[in-house]
Amino acid sequence: MKIALAGNPNSGKTTLFNNLTGSSAHVGNWPGVTVDKKEGFYKYNNEKISIIDLPGIYSLSPYSPEEIIARNFILTDVPDEAPDLIINIVDATNLERNLYLTTQLLETGIPMVIALNMMDLIKKNGDIIDVDALSSSIGIPVVGICAFKNKGIKELIEKGIKAVNDKKPARSVLKDSLISSIYSESLDVVKKANVRNEVFVTVKLLENDELVTHQFTELASTIDSIKAKSDFPEYNNDYESIVADLRYKYISSNFSNHQKKNASNKSVSKTEKADKLLTHKIWGIPIFALIMFAVFHVIFSGDFLYLSIYGIDAIEAPGVMLQTFVGELSGKGIEAVAEALADATPWVQSMLVDGLLAGIDAVLSFMPQMLLMFLALSIMEETGYMARIAFILDRAFRKVGLSGKALLPLLMCFGCAVPGIMATKALENEKERKISILIAPFFSCGAKMPIWAVFAATLFLDRGGEFVVFGMYFIGIATAVLLTIILRKTIYKGETPHFIMELPNYHLPQIRSTLRHLWDKFVHYLKRVTLVIAGAVIIIWLLSSFSFKFEMVEDIGDSMIGIISKGLKWLFIPLGFGMGDNGWMFVVAVFTGLIAKEMVVATLGVLGGMSEEDVLEGGELAGTGIAALLATLSVPAAISFMVFNLLSVPCLAAVGAAGAELRSKKNLWGAIGTWLLTAYVVSFVIYWIGTIWWIGLILGIIVAIAITLYILDYKGILKLGKLFNKIFPRKSTSI
Amino acid sequence: MEKTLNTLMPLEKGVVKKVTATGKLKQRLFDMGLTSGAEICMKKTAPLGDPIEITVRGYELSLRLAEAQLVVLEMEAV
Repeated sequence: MKIALAGNPNSGKTTLFNNLTGSSAHVGNWPGVTVDKKEGFYKYNNEKISIIDLPGIYSLSPYSPEEIIARNFILTDVPDEAPDLIINIVDATNLERNLYLTTQLLETGIPMVIALNMMDLIKKNGDIIDVDALSSSIGIPVVGICAFKNKGIKELIEKGIKAVNDKKPARSVLKDSLISSIYSESLDVVKKANVRNEVFVTVKLLENDELVTHQFTELASTIDSIKAKSDFPEYNNDYESIVADLRYKYISSNFSNHQKKNASNKSVSKTEKADKLLTHKIWGIPIFALIMFAVFHVIFSGDFLYLSIYGIDAIEAPGVMLQTFVGELSGKGIEAVAEALADATPWVQSMLVDGLLAGIDAVLSFMPQMLLMFLALSIMEETGYMARIAFILDRAFRKVGLSGKALLPLLMCFGCAVPGIMATKALENEKERKISILIAPFFSCGAKMPIWAVFAATLFLDRGGEFVVFGMYFIGIATAVLLTIILRKTIYKGETPHFIMELPNYHLPQIRSTLRHLWDKFVHYLKRVTLVIAGAVIIIWLLSSFSFKFEMVEDIGDSMIGIISKGLKWLFIPLGFGMGDNGWMFVVAVFTGLIAKEMVVATLGVLGGMSEEDVLEGGELAGTGIAALLATLSVPAAISFMVFNLLSVPCLAAVGAAGAELRSKKNLWGAIGTWLLTAYVVSFVIYWIGTIWWIGLILGIIVAIAITLYILDYKGILKLGKLFNKIFPRKSTSI
Repeated sequence: MEKTLNTLMPLEKGVVKKVTATGKLKQRLFDMGLTSGAEICMKKTAPLGDPIEITVRGYELSLRLAEAQLVVLEMEAV
């Protein structure tokens, strides 16, 4: 038996799915979190029932990829694949809009039961819903449940299974309506044509639904002639509007009277209070900036709470502490394995220790901080704050041609580009989706952090190291903005995506489901990224340990990658780090970085004559081999090297994710080319401006600020201008 | 009196008369409950002046001014 869960976003569908299946599907309070359908199993009387969680949808009209996924699943052309039962989950606190989808699902004729969720909130608010009366007027079973507290689930399944055996014909609200005669005449025509899902098809033909009219062109023209016989001037004969109207009218006249609302609704007023501050006209954006700063500070700062300012010894932020702890553990593990392998053949030992283990260590080197980043983002998502950030920043996104909905995937990229790229599925607009994937790697991810950290601790020590780290984030964002503007003006022209988004009520995050989400991410990583990155590291090991004659070499300079790098180093001379005796070493690091960014620092360390463990464990780097190697770079060349690593191909894992989402080889090669070209051009410009003309940097910063202000379109600047005019009024020309 | 949704001041209320959008956008506005007869209350404007937040059919919806301009309201007589 197969049961499909269908319902609006934020109706608690995924929570119900988790409770039914005990699986680790992701729960979120961001409209459109479930981007693909998920399957799980529920045991009932020793029968294994398959449960499918469909994306949250508002309607069966094909607006976004998600709605098409849900619609195709419910209305499959293959009879055996159709679900036996639909559980339509309805948010009881938002009955009218949720039942709109219900009226459409009833047209499919698939047995259905309504799970009326959030009944606890209804009670708490002092509202009343007459569940039995609602059930008899809709004509299908309705069960009040509370998905978070796992209440009413058993009754729901029992009533559902009963409904499967008590099949009712498909029906539409149009049957007894303003257009009932047109509807029944059309239905007869469709029935004669022997079409599956005749009621659904009839309604969609009346509505001029894009997909169905394409599928049944002949029927569509017959129905058009039926429609032409009547005249509805009040609707301008627009049947889309007539049908939508009749649905909502039917809901308010037949269903809404079963609900009595308490005048002083508590949960809504709580949300309103929170929004007074969080989406405040002036404070909204600063509060968002403060929250993001706090998140980064807790995860990445080496000087937590800025104690050093008060003369107290600096302590590390919790994220850094966790990171150090995991790093030490994995370092000890590697040491132990190396000792155990002391007697093994050199190449076996080298492959296991320098290849495989180094790869796992490289992944672990950013995993804790990445997971914390996701914890923060999923809390923001679940509470409903993420939707507000999209609301307050949408204007800025629109300026460059995106919508506020692109925010979540792009923020994720600060943790890791792989889940960020995967999350672009929730974007409705195809061009917006493609652009988001292209700019995803520019948001400095966790694996790039060690590169910035090493430069900050060596070359830029006492020379504004922290500023350099922030600068990298800033250059990445600025490049993303510029590239988006360029793409929007050239190959991805077209109207800006719409922004019509529900702002769900705030609620506290569910600790259990949040941790579950995190665990889900972690397992996903172990499966996907570790395999790719460990594989990539072994490739690097192979290329850097053997010569072209396939003999093991001591000096990387004689290895395959060393020889290739020496041959190609002229390519990087214009960028400032390819020349000189050590130039090829940086080229090696760039190449290993294309495969996995975790490897850049390790490579530089080994080339600088340090053992890998020394570099990875960090600590005082001044005076060590890597510091000496980095010191051979000029400041602009060092920045150019960092920028190239920031903007070029992120890593094999991200390339794989981009390939899966772009769904075409041509687009993927386009993306890889774009990343390499952007990295080259931006590094080139930065190096030459920095070398010839220090003032150029200052100019660059001014331009960057101007762009930011242009995008934010901050009214404040205009006001400052007016204030200035008031204080210093322009002199009139009369003398 | 008729007004389009984008011209409403905060806390002003109106009833949807018609939606002048076309294609997918029109369908989406309908799906979100902006059909004729729906009562709408303007809540606020985002910090950067766009989009806006409204209450419709008992929930909070945000949309851009460009989209709101395509929703025609009948204003309550004062």
